[in-house]
Amino acid sequence: MKKNRRQSRAIVRLKEIWRRFCKNRIALAGFIVFMCIMMVVVFADVIVPYEMTEKPSPPDRLTPPCAEHPFGTDEFGRSVFARIIHAAPNSLFIGFTVSFGSLLVGGTLGIACGYFGGRFDNLIMRFLDMISALPGSLLAIVMVAVLGPNMRNLIIALIVGHIAGFARMCRSVALSISEQEYIKAAKAGGSSDLRIIFRHAVPNAASTLIINTTMSISGVILSACSLSFIGLGVQPPKPEWGAMLNDARQYFNGSPYLMVIPGLAILITSISINMMGDGLRDALDPKLKS
Amino acid sequence: MSEVNHTPFLEVKDLRIIYKTDLETVYAVNGISFKLEKGQTLGLVGETGAGKTTTALSLLRLLPERTGKVVDGTITIEGQDLATMDDEALRQMRGGQIAMIFQDPMTSLNPVMTVADQIGESIMIHNPEFNKEQILARVKEVLNLVGIAENRASDYPHQFSGGMKQRVVIAMALACNPHLIIADEPTTALDVTIQAQVISMMRNLRDTLGTAMIMITHDLGIVAQTCDNVAIMYAGELIEVGTAEDIFCAEKHHPYTVGLFGSIPNLNVKVDRLSPIPGLMPDPTNLPEGCPFAPRCNKCMPICEKQKPGVYQDGEHQIRCHLFTGAAKGGQ
Amino acid sequence: MIRYVVKRFLMLIPLVLCITFVVYGLMSLAPGDPASIMLPSNAPQEQKDALNHKLGYDRPFLVKYADFVYNLVFKGDFGISYRTQQPIINEFKTRLPISITLAFTSLTLAACIGIPLGVLSAVKQYSLLDTIPSVMALTLSAVPSFWFGMMLIYFLAYKLGLFPSYGMGGIEHWVLPTLTIAVVYAAEILRYTRSSMLETIRADYVRTARAKGVAERTVIWKHAMKNGLLPVITLLGSSFGAQIGGAIVTENLYNLPGLGTLTLVSINMRDTPTVVATSVIFATLYNIILILVDLMYAFIDPRIKAKYSR
Repeated sequence: MKKNRRQSRAIVRLKEIWRRFCKNRIALAGFIVFMCIMMVVVFADVIVPYEMTEKPSPPDRLTPPCAEHPFGTDEFGRSVFARIIHAAPNSLFIGFTVSFGSLLVGGTLGIACGYFGGRFDNLIMRFLDMISALPGSLLAIVMVAVLGPNMRNLIIALIVGHIAGFARMCRSVALSISEQEYIKAAKAGGSSDLRIIFRHAVPNAASTLIINTTMSISGVILSACSLSFIGLGVQPPKPEWGAMLNDARQYFNGSPYLMVIPGLAILITSISINMMGDGLRDALDPKLKS
Repeated sequence: MSEVNHTPFLEVKDLRIIYKTDLETVYAVNGISFKLEKGQTLGLVGETGAGKTTTALSLLRLLPERTGKVVDGTITIEGQDLATMDDEALRQMRGGQIAMIFQDPMTSLNPVMTVADQIGESIMIHNPEFNKEQILARVKEVLNLVGIAENRASDYPHQFSGGMKQRVVIAMALACNPHLIIADEPTTALDVTIQAQVISMMRNLRDTLGTAMIMITHDLGIVAQTCDNVAIMYAGELIEVGTAEDIFCAEKHHPYTVGLFGSIPNLNVKVDRLSPIPGLMPDPTNLPEGCPFAPRCNKCMPICEKQKPGVYQDGEHQIRCHLFTGAAKGGQ
Repeated sequence: MIRYVVKRFLMLIPLVLCITFVVYGLMSLAPGDPASIMLPSNAPQEQKDALNHKLGYDRPFLVKYADFVYNLVFKGDFGISYRTQQPIINEFKTRLPISITLAFTSLTLAACIGIPLGVLSAVKQYSLLDTIPSVMALTLSAVPSFWFGMMLIYFLAYKLGLFPSYGMGGIEHWVLPTLTIAVVYAAEILRYTRSSMLETIRADYVRTARAKGVAERTVIWKHAMKNGLLPVITLLGSSFGAQIGGAIVTENLYNLPGLGTLTLVSINMRDTPTVVATSVIFATLYNIILILVDLMYAFIDPRIKAKYSR
């Protein structure tokens, strides 16, 4: 009974958020585009079989876009269309795994630091300071190079690079929440630490976390593509947008479509996620919006 | 005391203000009218959300640009229509003729400018002929006036306590000898002891400088101490207006005013329990058709829910309530 | 205040030492040895071993690491590169100025575009002057910088022949790399400035300034700007630090002999001393800039200054 009421209250809140989200035309457009991309990911094999990404066809090499090859063919005569479609799952998988992975690891560390404080907090935060003292993608590059360039290692390296940011964010959220009266009240009421964290702190931090995680996905996709671009990511012959751009560099005089199309694919994916993220922020936290 | 054909210092006529956002329209001020003479103090009393601050901001045309709109009515300052003032005249009026003391001294001061700079800025704007020394001299003068040592002029706001910050805000308002000071709950953010100091300081300043004042508050004690006239505001309407004497001593009152007095503990009368006004203010996005107070009123009649009450007038005392306008007799 | 700064600089030392350990450790875990990568694959094993011995690669990890740190701390020397067998410091002399110049010019340009447009779109919120820059910034912030660079090369260098697309030389060689980095950062700076200014414009003290009769222009430039730009300074500082090391992709794209290319080559060649040395340089520069940003903050915001002098 009590649980039902709690559920229905959550549904009402979600409906309200959804209504506000839909009122924002930019966010809705981003959402629709993103859903289309997700459809492509799910039905990739229906749209065009995976074999097409590998099948070389020397006579057709470097054919500009035509009826038979909608996006043209690359230097081996492979269909760029098929490769673009089948690269989408890779990029999105990396984006989501890294964002949620680093949210999980960084978030746990950060909330624990903020909540327990003291020596534990100090130790973890100094360690994270050290990781983030290496600027930009350097750590990720070294890690991928050491572990060997492939998708799994790329994900691990990017997660390590993103942990510090998430941990800091969660720590400050946890700190500000633990100062609030309702946490003090819960403590005074004798709730256990874990119960306080999961029943009170997490739900109240949720909107900040959701917004930042969504916003980070497109950044992750961009970093993953740029690592693949310099040869430290998903390895050929697997299709990947950044790697395709790298291959295209040699042929851009004659076949500019080879570099325009993968770039547009990255752009559309990350912009749709950004638009959604902006809308989500406004819908979840209306006070941030003017 | 009012003469025929005399223009009062400030006249507000049938003012209506709305806040419009994508999602809703808030009817903040709904047709209020009042006058203020030079040197007088008007108390604007009401609960949070009654539209007091909105009224005050509209007097300086400081409503949030995109959302806040004056939809009807006029504001006349020394015979000049506020709505038609150009930017230059408006700037001269702000801070020069009318100065405002804001509610929260903690956030009303710019954290990255010294106190002297912030007070001096206003002096510089309204006295362009002053040189640096003259400005500084005036800054020190007003700081003395509000009881802050001169040597603190070059300090930053974060180096002051809450009460001292409010004094700085007041000094800023006084700096150019305005004809009217609008004080928006100047003591809400302060401790009780500091409150008393600030109020008595403001009263002294008003008496020595002869400035008119609009005192916005929900504290009837402050009203009794400082005001000549009182206007009681509820859901964007002035439901009772009169001299301080009318409000505190007259026989007839709006039920809301009675309720307001009822919710203040009185040490001289023995009561078993305090009687707060039951209920909440009506939703300003969806105001009731009749009297806005009807849903909470203990003397509510059928007519109150259907029709807006007219004005009952006795000298300067005005009450907007069906109880006194005669309509009630027909209704009952 | 001075004590605070000194303390911050002293804290840098253990930080950098930890970084050398982590990077050195990571690199030593990497498969492959320098000799096998440098020599042709059919070279006899003895030759490879001899080279590895000559480079000092065959010593135990801790000995190598201790040697590196000893040289760094007591001689201020980064040691000898495995790849070139020359002192690493020589490489830095020519490469560091390139990376710093690139980061400095491109971020200055980005700030010059991003900040005024960000302020403008916040002040004119909901008008076309807000919508157009904001939509452009939203789009550009989703553009991968290397792809933007490729498009610049294609249109400005290849199609129109305005600028050279690779290598070093006169000032014209800097145009495309600078633009590549600047435009993407300008978008980020614009978005940041806009949201920070929107918040500041609504602050109570800005309303106080208006109530004093301050002209709208002065309200924005004097009262709101100083507060609104504080977070933007942090963004600029950390971007500058990150950009010195993060130009790896851009330098790679334009074939610029900066620190980024050196890092990438050294990682691929398993040239551990050079990789660690570049990491030390990156981390030191990055953190010095962060300290400078904090100092600038204190200079602008008296509240922060008060916190530091405590």
